[in-house]
Amino acid sequence: MKQLMLGNEAVARGLYEAGCSFVSSYPGTPSTEITEAVAKYQEVYAEWAPNEKVAMEAAFGACLAGKRSFCGMKHVGLNVAADPLFTIAYTGVNAGMVIAVADDAGMHSSQNEQDSRHYARAAKIPMLEPADSAEALAFTKLAYDISEKFDTPVLVKMCTRVAHSQSVVEPAERVEFSKTYEKNPQKYIMMPGNAKRRHPFVEERTKALADWAETADINRVEEGSDHSRGIITSSTSYQYVKEVCGDKYPVLKLGMIWPMPEKKIRDFAASVDELVVVEELDSFIEAHCLSLGLKVTGKDTFPCIDEFSQNLVAAKLNAAVPETGAKVADMIPARPPVMCAGCPHRGLFYTLAKNKITALGDIGCYTLGAVPPLGALDTTICMGASISGAHGFTKAQNGAADNKTVAVIGDSTFMHSGITGLVNVAYNESNATIIIVDNSITGMTGHQQNPTTGFNLKGDPCTKIDLETLCRAVGIRRVRVVDPYNLAETETAIKEELAAPEASVIISRRPCALLKYVKHNKPVRVESDKCRSCKMCMKIGCPAISMKDNKATIDNTLCTGCGVCAQLCKFDAIQAAKED
Amino acid sequence: MQTKNIMIVGVGGQGSLLASKLLGRLLLTKGYDIKVSEVHGMSQRGGSVVTYVRFGDKVYSPVIDKGEADYIVSFELLEAARWTEYLRKGGKIVTNTQQINPMPVITGVAEYPADLAEKMQAAGIQVDAFDALSLAEQAGSAKAVNIVLMGHLSRNFDFTLEEWLDAIEKSVPAKFLEMNKKAFILGREA
Repeated sequence: MKQLMLGNEAVARGLYEAGCSFVSSYPGTPSTEITEAVAKYQEVYAEWAPNEKVAMEAAFGACLAGKRSFCGMKHVGLNVAADPLFTIAYTGVNAGMVIAVADDAGMHSSQNEQDSRHYARAAKIPMLEPADSAEALAFTKLAYDISEKFDTPVLVKMCTRVAHSQSVVEPAERVEFSKTYEKNPQKYIMMPGNAKRRHPFVEERTKALADWAETADINRVEEGSDHSRGIITSSTSYQYVKEVCGDKYPVLKLGMIWPMPEKKIRDFAASVDELVVVEELDSFIEAHCLSLGLKVTGKDTFPCIDEFSQNLVAAKLNAAVPETGAKVADMIPARPPVMCAGCPHRGLFYTLAKNKITALGDIGCYTLGAVPPLGALDTTICMGASISGAHGFTKAQNGAADNKTVAVIGDSTFMHSGITGLVNVAYNESNATIIIVDNSITGMTGHQQNPTTGFNLKGDPCTKIDLETLCRAVGIRRVRVVDPYNLAETETAIKEELAAPEASVIISRRPCALLKYVKHNKPVRVESDKCRSCKMCMKIGCPAISMKDNKATIDNTLCTGCGVCAQLCKFDAIQAAKED
Repeated sequence: MQTKNIMIVGVGGQGSLLASKLLGRLLLTKGYDIKVSEVHGMSQRGGSVVTYVRFGDKVYSPVIDKGEADYIVSFELLEAARWTEYLRKGGKIVTNTQQINPMPVITGVAEYPADLAEKMQAAGIQVDAFDALSLAEQAGSAKAVNIVLMGHLSRNFDFTLEEWLDAIEKSVPAKFLEMNKKAFILGREA
């Protein structure tokens, strides 16, 4: 029966139908829902790994054992997993192994706009690129057949508009799959002697895949009436091209983006007057066409920045662009994402900003601590960079007496890539101060469990990694826990640890206010006659507080009664509500 | 049939995903090709959010571009005004009159523009503005604003009340069904 399905759910359905029985992933927008959705199928073992490298290695182990396996990640996650990727490309697989990577053109929720297609070429493995949910389901299943037929891991490349769009799919039944493991050191032990013999296999495999691509129906020519122009495209760019041009120009739609079918591309180019490549982000298809010596229009016309839309494609192809609707007001205030009311990070960031501390940040909800009025962060680079960066920063200052530098990293990010940075801090003895903001969940991606929460992906209780013990075991002697709702306690801890002549870890611990089990207090009250309009309470950027008629007012529907604002009011105008 | 375009806009956390789910369910039973494009992740945290719903014989693009929307359904007045350039000629805005201050207004660096509904009308836009929040509270929960808005939007389509209620039944948990049905009907009759 036909269903509307999110692209990511369709990948999950494809995994289920293909008989995949092992999934290990790390959450990251826009890839997270694949693993959340597949975890709902009883037949599939699914887990959150601490990071993408671990996830990919676990998935490889499972495919080696004879089960079809999968790992999913966002584009930057593939950077973390690149190490195993480039060598699994040599060993190949036993049962099929599929890796989904989701790009984020337009950076809806990412720190860079990298184009993951380059990984397929660099690692010399095939990459399929679905353009809607039906293809996401079908291509995922096909990826397993390709994986086993050609003895290779297969990348399925998603992007935000395919991953987070629902379209119509027709689900089918699951077909179980299982193989046995046989020891094969020449294939699986990649020491130089063996790897030297596998590399020629990899090159031959790419040729065989390119031959397969010539006749694969996922690389299809859609005829057009006007051969003055022919368009090669894939993914959402294909949708925008069809939306604008309909059946006017012939289109070569590539479902497999690497390796590409040389003859098919040459034949297509020969059948049209002008060859145009429409692709988001980098020149990839175009670069390949150029390497074939074809004359092509691409990035000289289309941008390599941001995502496309039908109007952009129409304008670049000189097609009609609809008349824009009326503009109402010149100044529509922006509505940027904000730290939620009751967010435990707020008290910590206020304290950092107040003391003018240099804070090297990391990846998560707490990146919002960078936004005014808090403005409490100095850097955001990648998962784990806060701790390693703070180590380098502190060392470079050579123990300056006015050391005011900290790292701020979340619980999930610490488990992902923070531990090795902390090992470096301990081993090479910097006196860095590391603040782990432990909100007991992976927040930004929508509440995923992680090794510190005590629950697994399926929601079952499991081993809970104890952060204090872990930090001490790494060699940090000064480890303390503070409640970020308590501003005085938090400030004292930060000052003392910055002054300490050795490295320290402060765990700023409070569960995310959006977690279902977190009980909120009653909203705080403002006694208007006491409010002197000093706006101290406005310095924490709480969406529940605003000034009305020059007096602080509280939005009772948002306030969780955390009381951080009350601690700031010097005139006792903000009062915690009395308990019943 | 030419593709119809509906944008659902609001503030992250207001429940636009349920509204689009309900629409999708209904349109699927009517045999249309459908695409619904959502926003997840960072921008959900109290930021401006938009969901695109497109249906017709064959839908390609998952997004709606400037000058294309037949309807903009807005959970909040400022958000309705933010997206007017996306309306096609003759398009219509269905909006809640509720105002939620964005952070730049809260911190005092910007002002919430006055009389937005009137300004939209003055710009020649068809605006159907009503207090969906009160109706949602009347139905039993402020969270039902999404369903109240869908009820009000439903007046513009030929689908029967039964078809809409059937889609609601398939989209919400049983314990909230009666409340949501009530919210839908209040919106439809408003």
